[in-house]
Amino acid sequence: MSESMTITLNVWRQKDKTSEGRFVRYTLSGVSPDMSFLEMLDLLNLDLIRRGEEPVAFDHDCREGICGTCSLYINGRAHGPLKGVTACQLHMRTFHDGDAITVEPWRARAFPVIRDLVVDRSAFDRIMAAGGFVSVRTGGAPDANTIPIPKPVAEEAMDAAACIGCGACVAACKNGSAMLFVAAKVSQLALLPQGHAERRQRVEAMVAQMDAEGFGSCSNTYACEAECPKQISVSHIARLNTEYLRAKLL
Amino acid sequence: MNKISSFTTSSVGRKLSMGLTGFFLCSFLVVHLYLNLFLLKQDRGSTFDTYADFMATYPLIRPLEIILFAGFLLHAFIGGWLWITNRIARPVRYAANRPSENSTLASRTAFWTGAFVFIFLVVHVNTFFVRSRFFADGMTMHERVYEAFQSPLYVTFYLVALAFLAYHLKHGVQSAFQTLGLRRRRYETLINAAAVLFWLVIPAVFAVLPLYFLLAH
Amino acid sequence: MTLDSRIPAGPIEAKWDNHRFAMKLVNPANKRKYHVIVVGTGLAGASAAASLAELGYRVTALSYHESPRRAHSISAQGGINAPKNYPNDGDSVYRLFYDTVKGGDYRAREANVYRLAQVSNAIIDQCVAQGVPFAREYGGLLDNRSFGGAQVSRTFYARGQTGQQLLLGAYSALMRQVGLGAVKFIERREMLDLVVADGKARGIVARNMVDGRLESYSADAVILATGGYSNVFFLSTNAKMCNATATWRAHKRGAFFGNPCFTQIHPTCIPVASDHQSKLTLMSESLRNDGRIWVPKEKGDKRAPNQIPEAERDYYLERMYPSFGNLVPRDVASRRAKEMCDKGHGVGTTGLAVYLDFSDTIKRNGRAWVAEKYGNLFDMYKQITGEDGYDSPMRIYPAVHYTMGGLWVDYNLMGTIPGLFVLGEANFSDHGANRLGASALMQGLADGYFIIPYTIGDYLASNKFSAIDSTAPAFKEAESSVAGITKKLTGVNGKTPVDVLHKELGKIMWDYCGMGRNAAGLKKALTLIPALRERFWEEVAIPGSADAFNQELEKAHRLADFLELAELMVQDALLRDESCGGHFREEHQTEDGEAKRNDAKFSFVAAWEYAGAKKSPKLHKEPLKFEYVKPSQRSYK
Repeated sequence: MSESMTITLNVWRQKDKTSEGRFVRYTLSGVSPDMSFLEMLDLLNLDLIRRGEEPVAFDHDCREGICGTCSLYINGRAHGPLKGVTACQLHMRTFHDGDAITVEPWRARAFPVIRDLVVDRSAFDRIMAAGGFVSVRTGGAPDANTIPIPKPVAEEAMDAAACIGCGACVAACKNGSAMLFVAAKVSQLALLPQGHAERRQRVEAMVAQMDAEGFGSCSNTYACEAECPKQISVSHIARLNTEYLRAKLL
Repeated sequence: MNKISSFTTSSVGRKLSMGLTGFFLCSFLVVHLYLNLFLLKQDRGSTFDTYADFMATYPLIRPLEIILFAGFLLHAFIGGWLWITNRIARPVRYAANRPSENSTLASRTAFWTGAFVFIFLVVHVNTFFVRSRFFADGMTMHERVYEAFQSPLYVTFYLVALAFLAYHLKHGVQSAFQTLGLRRRRYETLINAAAVLFWLVIPAVFAVLPLYFLLAH
Repeated sequence: MTLDSRIPAGPIEAKWDNHRFAMKLVNPANKRKYHVIVVGTGLAGASAAASLAELGYRVTALSYHESPRRAHSISAQGGINAPKNYPNDGDSVYRLFYDTVKGGDYRAREANVYRLAQVSNAIIDQCVAQGVPFAREYGGLLDNRSFGGAQVSRTFYARGQTGQQLLLGAYSALMRQVGLGAVKFIERREMLDLVVADGKARGIVARNMVDGRLESYSADAVILATGGYSNVFFLSTNAKMCNATATWRAHKRGAFFGNPCFTQIHPTCIPVASDHQSKLTLMSESLRNDGRIWVPKEKGDKRAPNQIPEAERDYYLERMYPSFGNLVPRDVASRRAKEMCDKGHGVGTTGLAVYLDFSDTIKRNGRAWVAEKYGNLFDMYKQITGEDGYDSPMRIYPAVHYTMGGLWVDYNLMGTIPGLFVLGEANFSDHGANRLGASALMQGLADGYFIIPYTIGDYLASNKFSAIDSTAPAFKEAESSVAGITKKLTGVNGKTPVDVLHKELGKIMWDYCGMGRNAAGLKKALTLIPALRERFWEEVAIPGSADAFNQELEKAHRLADFLELAELMVQDALLRDESCGGHFREEHQTEDGEAKRNDAKFSFVAAWEYAGAKKSPKLHKEPLKFEYVKPSQRSYK
């Protein structure tokens, strides 16, 4: 199980937001199949640091697939080749000795590169600030069991709420669209009675902010669902569309 | 008013417009095909020509015609607009990209198949509509059809165009259901059936006509 | 300086109500005149920032993440406690209070714990109103599950992602205030110093992690909600960026550090697989509700688990603790697992693991039932180990998970520096020597939503604030101090990467100040840590520039502080010559191997005062009085 592999990496290096970037090739040996993809990058960085070179910058934090920080386009796929998995949970046993792996940052106008593989996803925060909430003040809530919510509805809302905001949907979409991200929140709060009071303003404001950030628009290729590490369904996009239509026409 | 203008400029609003015009154009396809089928009636085109005359002369058809043209143009215009803004949304492309792993070719090429269908429509409208309406050359519509489809080249062009239309609709029909929020798990079988009807059956039956005129006459 | 915990008078049930009435209020129109800095935007920080902004205060919230939604609170899986008594199984505020004090092995402050239990019900109401999709029963009402250390079902959960859902709730409340302009959220900033002027906390110095610039922020009060310090062990279940720098640098500015040696080892983590491992992954202890823990009776039994017949398995927790069984508190479950492995019953290639078996539950309720409740945990296990937990038992081993210790705070959650408030895991307050499961989320949100909004008002209304801005001398002094550390770090020009040194520190801490501790080992650690610290300052390699995005420099700042904090942890562990909760001094155990407290000598909070570099820290004791829950030997038999 622990035979060591040699991997060729083709990594995007870019000094800062305004500099030109380029691909740099590294050969890395001593890669264990039990390593996560990020641990493999750690190993590369240890090598680089020992040689006095600057390590590859990449965003990561929890390394257990929930914080949504890691954001690598690996061999032409958001988060790499496996379905329903973030880059931090991708293990090197998925690859073979001698493989060449291209690693790129998320590419979208709304996600500018900050350095190497790190991108700025604050556009997502601004979309959330525009309407991704229920306006409830601390302390003003009624007893939690006041509103019964049918289990299937709560479950579907939870499916949408599972979004980790990693941006793989944007990265994978040929249009750089953030529809799955926006739809997940709109749908969650449209399904739950708590969200009903503001459903119209919410969908209008979030879509307007999404457009203002420079994301593309959805053309129903469903690449987002296929690459979403939490496998969030495009049926939530369908719900967003009806929410939007209702808000505009009724 | 503000609501309407923000609707047409927003990404979701434009998508909804694509879906709505798409459905509208699909409904036109059904009417068109229904009338075309009279070409197969063995009456030297008299029933077909009656309908063609009716379409050309009945006053209520005019506004419908304009709406139809507007629908086409709107669908094409918004489609092009979306394509351009979507290109802008990713200024730097990936060096390595494997979209075939996450989406269908039909969905990714809808703009291009649509663009080809648009070119076809220009030719098609010129052959049958413009000439009969604006150039009084005394030919009946049936004669016009008969004449046009004697050319193997023209028939080939038609068949290719219908193949593109089919591929366009393969993505377009289910996509319109999705866009209008009708694609729910509960209706999946129904939507899939409708999609097959539109992308496979209707273009196939359309394709019978040029072949019929080329081969049977 | 004497410690004043400011516990209000009166019976425990009335303390918080009395206190809320006694506290001064800030007139609504005056609130916008006050500016509050919140450092850290996890559960505690985000909920505090949102709630304070709702009240009308001007709030600046900073995070070293790009977004508040990345905070490590998001990784909490199992749930959040509240004594709603929906299941009608005899729960009450008093019972939650009792369980928490007992679970903490009588080293927590009763008044704080009671208040925590009191406000916990409102947290559930608040979260549901925000749209948090808690699990529900078919009738549409909220579902509960049970958790370690309790015999009632009081844990609310959202699949295995409760922390995520609660954080996203608090995040949504925060982003709403950001959208309204009431909170200014500043991302990718790491606090590197606390600014104290005229004896009050008046601001911070932070590094802009994108361009490397130092920035000063002034305010009338500073709230630290920067989490715990488990990463001192390098391998822990904490996220990679979790660190102690904010709290440690506040400590060096005069904030006392409470009970630093109290760390929690979580029993159900995925075992270490290789040297390259960068972190450990926890699986919710809710798994212990339906999974059974066992080891082979035979030492060194290398058969596949499914080959070992029932009669040759030792379900040791069920055997030793018939009434709590697999649901004993975390410290007990962890220690017993270690003991089994130390005796040679461990499983897997390393022998450092025990089995967590779901086969009985799958037989009883079906695989689908298990998948609905725990599916994401099984998926995670499979992803990491390449093995299927449905087909054969999972392997688990304890890992460092949470630090009960933290900056010392009084009843108002204020540290020993006036105007410095500390919330959530960053403070020491509510969990004593051991935290019960599903209590961290509860404490973080209690502090942020329901405590700080009151207590900070009292502080602001009771004090006069001189006008100060970031050009004041105190800020300049802090900036140059931080710049000096950075310069010293980048000036080392060594060859050893930060992570290599960090791993060495982690090993020292795990070996001598981990699950089991003894005087000889601790004394040894006290020689090893300073030696390693010296090496750090001679060998550390930090390529790149300080004036740019530089993750190695970030890590070096953090490790520099961990190397100092580690020593304090060991000193505290050595001082506490008793066993209690997660602090297990091998010299002090009962015949059954349980932690043996020494209430006569150690019923106090150890609050350490920083005395300066190379000087021994000064110990202050806050005596603990137990008027309601009488200390007894914890028994989970």
